[in-house]
Amino acid sequence: MISGDAKVAMRARAVRKSFGALEVLSGIDLDVREGEVVCILGPSGSGKSTFLRCINHLEKVDGGTIHVDGHLIGYEDRDGVLHELHAKALARQRSEIGMVFQRFNLFAHLSARDNIVQPQRLVRGAEPAAARARAQELLEMVGLGDRGDAYPSQLSGGQQQRVAIARALAMRPKLMLFDEPTSALDPELVGEVLTVIRKLAEEGMTMIIVTHEVGFARDVADRVVFMDGGVVVEEGSASDLITNPQQDRTRVFLRRML
Amino acid sequence: MTETRAHSDAHRTIVPARNRLQSAAAALLCILIGVLLYVVSNSPNVQWSVIPGYLFDPTILSGVRLTLIFTVLSIVIALILGTGLALMKQAQNGVLSGFAGLYIWFFRGTPLLVQIIFWFNIQLFVPTVGFGAYHIQTNALVTSFVAALLALSLNEAAYMAEIVRGGLLSVDPGQREAAAALGYRPGQIAVRVILPQALRVITPAIGNQTISMLKTTSLVSIVAAQDLLTRVQNIYATNFLIIELLTVASLWYLVLTTVASVLQYFIERRLGAAQGVQAPTAVARFLGLFTEGRR
Repeated sequence: MISGDAKVAMRARAVRKSFGALEVLSGIDLDVREGEVVCILGPSGSGKSTFLRCINHLEKVDGGTIHVDGHLIGYEDRDGVLHELHAKALARQRSEIGMVFQRFNLFAHLSARDNIVQPQRLVRGAEPAAARARAQELLEMVGLGDRGDAYPSQLSGGQQQRVAIARALAMRPKLMLFDEPTSALDPELVGEVLTVIRKLAEEGMTMIIVTHEVGFARDVADRVVFMDGGVVVEEGSASDLITNPQQDRTRVFLRRML
Repeated sequence: MTETRAHSDAHRTIVPARNRLQSAAAALLCILIGVLLYVVSNSPNVQWSVIPGYLFDPTILSGVRLTLIFTVLSIVIALILGTGLALMKQAQNGVLSGFAGLYIWFFRGTPLLVQIIFWFNIQLFVPTVGFGAYHIQTNALVTSFVAALLALSLNEAAYMAEIVRGGLLSVDPGQREAAAALGYRPGQIAVRVILPQALRVITPAIGNQTISMLKTTSLVSIVAAQDLLTRVQNIYATNFLIIELLTVASLWYLVLTTVASVLQYFIERRLGAAQGVQAPTAVARFLGLFTEGRR
């Protein structure tokens, strides 16, 4: 369990985001402490993925602020005015935040190993030998130590997602974001990916996971956040929220999922 | 009774239906071609026998060489400029994307022949170039070779820009997002992630443009740029063997485009094979061409 005075890894305040006339996020407040695993549940279109994408500035917020590890994401605060960061500073911020996508997004022209080696070389300036050694170590950690030479198209969805997790971990991120990591997988491949995420949780990695796997959320999350209509409807410890939801909307959603 | 029928069913002869109209058309076509060949080969004014001698004439061969140089240089320059233009057209900055759009609009919208003549006469427009005390006559700088190369490259760049842009758009946006999320800078995303994958899509189109360029270079004969067509024109201007020398040029153009087409076939087959198993990089794929059969 996370002690009450652990450092805040991610702090979101009054985050708003619209696509055209449609407001997707209507003021999100959320704190995630270091070492905490937070699962975000909610129906499609509730804004949970958009919120996750705001945390590393893949989407620009229209209002509110997000801090990761004490740094304001995407902007520089100069006398109360927020100036958007230049590409280089933004890239530096993003390199501290790992992200795993629903559709894996492995680099199609690189082998599994090179998918893990290239970012270390380009972003961290790692030596080739060190980068390769770390890639092998991570491939073994996700159970793919013998698949380093395979290209993404030669791997199953579950294998691709495990390589994608290894790639994100290679940057030694302070925070990991998972955007529905098992939604694009065949049912029999979901388990192998969840096993890897569970292992990370046990190692104390700070993680925010958008998922539809309610059972997994109950097992692995320290806290569960239920979002609907662009707001946080309810949050609480995993067992409390899932077994004893307080809000009608949460109850309706969980009844449909379980 | 049923048994014999089953037996004979297995051994029936099948006669396909014949299309009488097509047969008649084919016969007519053969007759027409025969007549045409007879007329051409019996023309008293054409000396077919001189053609083999001119095929490997040193003047003609140096013309072939220059045509190849024009083709390769203009395609390479156009590819570099076109990639830059394609990237500019995607830029957020309105001046950059506007310039790229204007460039493509202008160079695709005016005839190449006009552009060639324009560059050849650029000294009417800009008599001297240089800065400070150093000046040079534009005439001395922009020879017919330079004018031809400028026109071909700048014109082709507009087409290449659209080909490269199509290739860039074909790459899954998730690739860019993944690279951005890892902390790649925009330049690194373009060069290390997007372009290598776009190359798979644009390579066949570049092949088509190259084959087309082999023939398009003949337009530069208008400024006497010493390509293959210029050379045969120079020769028939003195000996009046016009048809014979145009035949020589045509044979050479056919050889060049055929060789290029065969090369393109192998490259595309290579790319097709790589669709399931993606080769590591463009360069490795290119080198792979010469080690065919190893895999």
